[in-house]
Amino acid sequence: MMGKKKVLVVCGTGIATSTLVALAIKTEMAARGIEVETSQCKVSEVEAHCADADLIVSTTQVPAKLDKPVIVTLAFLTGIGKAGLLTKIEALLREV
Amino acid sequence: MLSSEIDSLIPLDAVLIGAAFQSADEVIRALSAKLFEIGHVRQSHAQATLAREATHPTGLALEGHFCVAIPHTDPEHVLKPSIAIATLPEAVDFRNMEEPDENLPVRLVFMLAFTDKDKQIEALQMVAGMLQSPHMLDAIVSATVASDILEIIKRQGSA
Repeated sequence: MMGKKKVLVVCGTGIATSTLVALAIKTEMAARGIEVETSQCKVSEVEAHCADADLIVSTTQVPAKLDKPVIVTLAFLTGIGKAGLLTKIEALLREV
Repeated sequence: MLSSEIDSLIPLDAVLIGAAFQSADEVIRALSAKLFEIGHVRQSHAQATLAREATHPTGLALEGHFCVAIPHTDPEHVLKPSIAIATLPEAVDFRNMEEPDENLPVRLVFMLAFTDKDKQIEALQMVAGMLQSPHMLDAIVSATVASDILEIIKRQGSA
């Protein structure tokens, strides 16, 4: 069995859109049999928070060069491209 | 969400219909002023939201539809969780959250004034639900009185 995966969810304030994304990822990955632990931060704090993350999902451009897979997406807000995105996140989490 | 929860979250006084605005800044100032008048945000809220919009814009392009913006800022400027709404007869440019160099013609603004991420998750899901429902967005921008917008949102909430 796979261990718990850590996803860092990032947005401009770390309170609004990232909360929605964190909940959606936890729920959707649980349905696919992947246990996910999420944490949230502001984009300005991403370098300080990303050390133990397996994946970073952001609703805004992440300027820093990070040594982790990064997905920038608004699909959890707008619904556009959501199915494909979930498949991509699942694949990434199964690899790490 | 319960009808009474929606009434407290979206104050009727903070729903602006059909006002003519020239810029995103004007819309943000007007909505923040409404929330300030009823004591839901601090005076610092307008400036903080403008600053946040400048560095992290909130315009959203929706599939085959007009664009929506969701300006918001840090919780310390907020006293009571609220959503203020503006419908814009003439589109106003907001920059795109995904591509900040791009302008989007916005017809509907949801200003999200939140205090605690864990307590506002239901409100956030409600907003995401609206963004993903073209019928509802159409109904909201077509509304001619503020109370109709609340009714539309409540119907969705109970559906």
